[in-house]
Amino acid sequence: MFTTKSFIKKNKIGNYLKHVREHYIRDDIFCGFSCCETCSLVESSLTEEYVNKCSLFKFNHYLILDTNIILEQMDVLEEPIIGNCIILHTVLKEVKHRSLPIYKRLMSIVDNPSRHFYIFTNDHHKDTFMPQKDGELINDYNDRLIRKACSWYMDHLPNKKFVLLTDDRANKNLAKEDEIPAVTTTEYVKHLDEQVALGDKLKKKDSEVQKDAKSIFPPHLSTSAMLIGIKEGKLYQGTFRASRDNFLEGFVNVEGFEDNVLVQGRKGLNRAVDGDVVAVQMFDKTEWVSPSEIVLEDEGVSEENIKDIQKNENELKKNAKNSKKDEIRPTGCVVGIIRRKWRQYCGILQGNSDGLYQIFVPADSSIPKIRIETRQAEFLRSQKFIVTIDSWPQHSRYPHGHFVRALGKIGQQSTENEVVLLEHDVPHSQFSEEVLSCLPKLPWLITDDDVKKRVDLRGIDICSVDPPGCTDIDDALHCRPIEGDRLEVGVHIADVSHFIRPGTALDLEAASRATTVYLINKRIDMVPELLSSNLCSLRGGEERFAFSCIWEMDKEANIINTRFHKSIIKSKKAMTYEEAQITIDDKSKNDSIAQSLRNLNMLAKILKKGRLQKGALVLASPEVKIRMDSETMEPLDVEIKKMFETNSMVEEFMLLANISVAQKILEDFPDCAMLRRHPTPPSTNFDPLVKAGKHLGFDMKIDSGKNLAQSLDDATCETNPYLNTMLRILATRCMLQAVYFPSGAMQKDEYFHYGLAVPLYTHFTSPIRRYADIIVHRLLAVTCGADSTYPNLLNKQKTVELCQNLNYRNRMAQYAGRASVAFNTHLFFKGKVQDEEGYVLYVRKNALQILIPKYGLECNLFLATKGETSNIFEYDEDNQTQKAGNLIIHSFDRVVVRMSLDSKNIQHEKFTLQLVEPFIEGFSVQPLGQTEMEVDTNEAKTDKKRKSTSEKGNNKRKS
Amino acid sequence: MSRNKELLSKIGLRLDGRRANELRRIRCKLGVFTEPDGSAYIEQGLTKVLAAVYGPHQVRGQRSKAQHDGALVNCQFSMAVFSTGERKRRPRGDRKSTELSMHLQQALLAAIKTELYPWSQIDVYVEVLHADGGIYPACVNAATLALIDAGIPLKEYVCACTASLANNDVPMLDISHQEEAIGGPTLTVAALPMSGKIVLMEMSQRFHLDHLPKVLEKALQGCKDVKNILDEAVRLHVQDVGSSTGWVIKN
Repeated sequence: MFTTKSFIKKNKIGNYLKHVREHYIRDDIFCGFSCCETCSLVESSLTEEYVNKCSLFKFNHYLILDTNIILEQMDVLEEPIIGNCIILHTVLKEVKHRSLPIYKRLMSIVDNPSRHFYIFTNDHHKDTFMPQKDGELINDYNDRLIRKACSWYMDHLPNKKFVLLTDDRANKNLAKEDEIPAVTTTEYVKHLDEQVALGDKLKKKDSEVQKDAKSIFPPHLSTSAMLIGIKEGKLYQGTFRASRDNFLEGFVNVEGFEDNVLVQGRKGLNRAVDGDVVAVQMFDKTEWVSPSEIVLEDEGVSEENIKDIQKNENELKKNAKNSKKDEIRPTGCVVGIIRRKWRQYCGILQGNSDGLYQIFVPADSSIPKIRIETRQAEFLRSQKFIVTIDSWPQHSRYPHGHFVRALGKIGQQSTENEVVLLEHDVPHSQFSEEVLSCLPKLPWLITDDDVKKRVDLRGIDICSVDPPGCTDIDDALHCRPIEGDRLEVGVHIADVSHFIRPGTALDLEAASRATTVYLINKRIDMVPELLSSNLCSLRGGEERFAFSCIWEMDKEANIINTRFHKSIIKSKKAMTYEEAQITIDDKSKNDSIAQSLRNLNMLAKILKKGRLQKGALVLASPEVKIRMDSETMEPLDVEIKKMFETNSMVEEFMLLANISVAQKILEDFPDCAMLRRHPTPPSTNFDPLVKAGKHLGFDMKIDSGKNLAQSLDDATCETNPYLNTMLRILATRCMLQAVYFPSGAMQKDEYFHYGLAVPLYTHFTSPIRRYADIIVHRLLAVTCGADSTYPNLLNKQKTVELCQNLNYRNRMAQYAGRASVAFNTHLFFKGKVQDEEGYVLYVRKNALQILIPKYGLECNLFLATKGETSNIFEYDEDNQTQKAGNLIIHSFDRVVVRMSLDSKNIQHEKFTLQLVEPFIEGFSVQPLGQTEMEVDTNEAKTDKKRKSTSEKGNNKRKS
Repeated sequence: MSRNKELLSKIGLRLDGRRANELRRIRCKLGVFTEPDGSAYIEQGLTKVLAAVYGPHQVRGQRSKAQHDGALVNCQFSMAVFSTGERKRRPRGDRKSTELSMHLQQALLAAIKTELYPWSQIDVYVEVLHADGGIYPACVNAATLALIDAGIPLKEYVCACTASLANNDVPMLDISHQEEAIGGPTLTVAALPMSGKIVLMEMSQRFHLDHLPKVLEKALQGCKDVKNILDEAVRLHVQDVGSSTGWVIKN
């Protein structure tokens, strides 16, 4: 049967177009029940063995879900207690249209056979399809289709029971008229057995509003009113960003505006949450104010009481009145929300109050506190857990949310790791059965067939050099003299693409993970451990498959020729950087490995020199290593990573291999070679560096990478040996992120890698921990005839999408790694007070930003409490100095500071610094171990407070 | 757009409810006009095409074009201005129409026994009334029917069909406009289905070599299916016309 659907849609230019689409109605769609005699058997996981236990119904029943249930109660549906659900195609389409993330979650439930979900294509079935009536709203039409499908099921299988689950009251009533049993989720879940935890996960609807509740917030405009307002230019659309320091302040980034729009106060923010797309109304210019400098923390405990907010608001207003003229910003207020960007938030429970309603404090301080309903408050108090926001009604001070799941005990390593992974969107679940089934069976043996296809390099003395404790060894090296006074140098990379075939579940999983994530005491692998630490890892003394890149070089490190092939190698020894260094330095050792290492080291030095001459940058970032106690998993010590000559040796050859491979694959795949580029930063990025250089009397040339490298080399100071490193750290911060891209997506001159100063670069050398390298391996395998292509490899669009994911995941993995270091450093410092050497990185108005190289930490040393000016220090904005008496503090000056950890806020521990050296009367503290052995930090704090209050007094007099 | 729309759902249905190997509904009619020597109308889904055939007749216009060994086949393709979502400016003469005219001529030349009509000309006019994907195949199929209606000897039916890939894996037949817009490359094939000869093949983008054979096979299968439908329509038409002149149909 055949019918048409027609609808009218507006196109991009603003014309209205009528679309007519075909719609086929079929007679070969089946109900999905194995016991049904009229329908043929289809693949379906509905089963009679599974019983939905709900005391509302005295019989086993099958659930038919309405759209709103899926959209809003996904957290409940993900519980395995609910099964035997029929998802109608109408519902599925609507869900997909409204929210893609929810759709994905639903599909993963449907794909899980143990959940017994079935998709019934009701809109193409001859008995359940009905045409849309004239003037019928799409929602009503969908509801009608859902009810029709329910009655069809009931007629079709009279001895089975069906229940329609819907939260839409109108739909429920209409269903009752048609004699379809229908219940809401709240009712249903309440009557389920084992419902305690499930009840918390229910999303609460606004139905329980008391009529007399006073509204705290002004109402939002309707969507149409907002759209009209925006069109007429009365309102502006923008993204709301909440302030981290002041819960009653935020900004709206409006496109086309130079400045962000400031919004203040409860009415100004009007229930916007960080990230939401909102409509703002601008105030008159006379009412514009400057951003407040005060810190306000939401201290409210109860839901109804808003007195303290009002007090805070008054304070804010007072502040606004005496705002300085030159800092006035465009000001406005939020009048409506265009799109919510709510996600799931990690956090903890506030306080010790009893009762059903609890306040949840998110870890992200730009997110407001959330009210949740829970029956397990006692348990949750000790936990970090996840909550989502459901709604924010007008009469409620806090948004309403519901509990999703607990992560673990507060402050525990495993919990914090989990939080770090979740906050950075790192996929870290166990590998699924399907993925594991793609792995080769053990014992894994090399067959004669394999030997035939590969070059046998088992006789060559190859060794690997890695950090200690490394189990995923993906590179190994060799170097041997050959005829004509030349050297043959080989880089051998684990042949991961041999094990991960394109299109398999394993491949898809690795592509989605994109990279291995390293936390301090945990590694989240990109590929299962069997591959990463065993079959692919080039362990010493074992035969392994490798992809080799072999150069013939002369003694001046000029490449005479390059070749690539797959090979079988047997690494003689897996060494650490330190071992390799000792082997090179130990003159008594003269075996083949020592010799080849020496040759490699010699070549590497030449290569490095050549590279630096071309303008490659040597940058620095403070990297630290945290030594862990292997039993208690507590950090023992924090130290800077040690660097050996061999580090640079291995790096040099990896760079060379990457460059050689990049040239090769671009030659053969001009359109879809996966490359890596590092864009030249815009010159404004270098402003802080140039400024800092000027103050110190160095002229920083930033017009090209080469000049920058030269300037950095020249900027040394004899009295302050650390100064050069500091400048390099600053330069690192000016850089942009390097990214992967397919060669077809960019112009040739954009391929440039700024940091390395090479025209072409890619990643080839770490396929065990980076997916990009696997792709490069596959491309290279094609060019040397070892493998064949597959469609997605050559598809530019697909490669662009893949690159986007890789770049995103890499960035997140980097952030996650840093967050993990930060947490462990905090853990290490808990309860410790130490004096440490540091350097001033930036001089700010009310603080010195201090870098402590020993721990790679960067902290603020506040010269006065926030929002106040100090009466000891004088700030010179032009020269970026702070003056106290006759002592002037410049950028890059050496200082000694006392560090302690401020754990007042469990979720946001931070370091407090106090100046020890240079000694400034009335500000600095005595060094530890001199006068008082243990300075009571509390006393110091009260001391500070007293000081700041006196400063306040001073200020008032001044103004 | 392409990312969140899948051409073939998990249940194996396309956006309009067809399965991967199903053609759209084809309805056709022969002899819709009286003025030309032969005419036909075809609907493939929502794509609607009219075709008219004049001739064989004396070569008009440039006499020098006349060929001593066969008839000249002159094709003209045009699209009604209202046939697409947004109104077209000119119905014929633009680059796309000229190209399609040429392709049409190529496909028809392969089927018409031109050697029977030296020094003469056959005109084929096709007009697209509604374009909803697969214009070219619909034109070829309509022209075939019109030629049959005109009584011009053909070697066999010439039929055309499109095919593409769903979700980068499953070949699917007879691509609608919506699928064309979201999906990947489209393969258009015109063939002589009985002998299995391909007379025209065109790709809108590149296919990976791994995919091409199965897509091509699918498209050829589609041509065969189209031929069966056209054949049935022709037989019915002949019965219709014949019965008015007193034929007796023996079953």
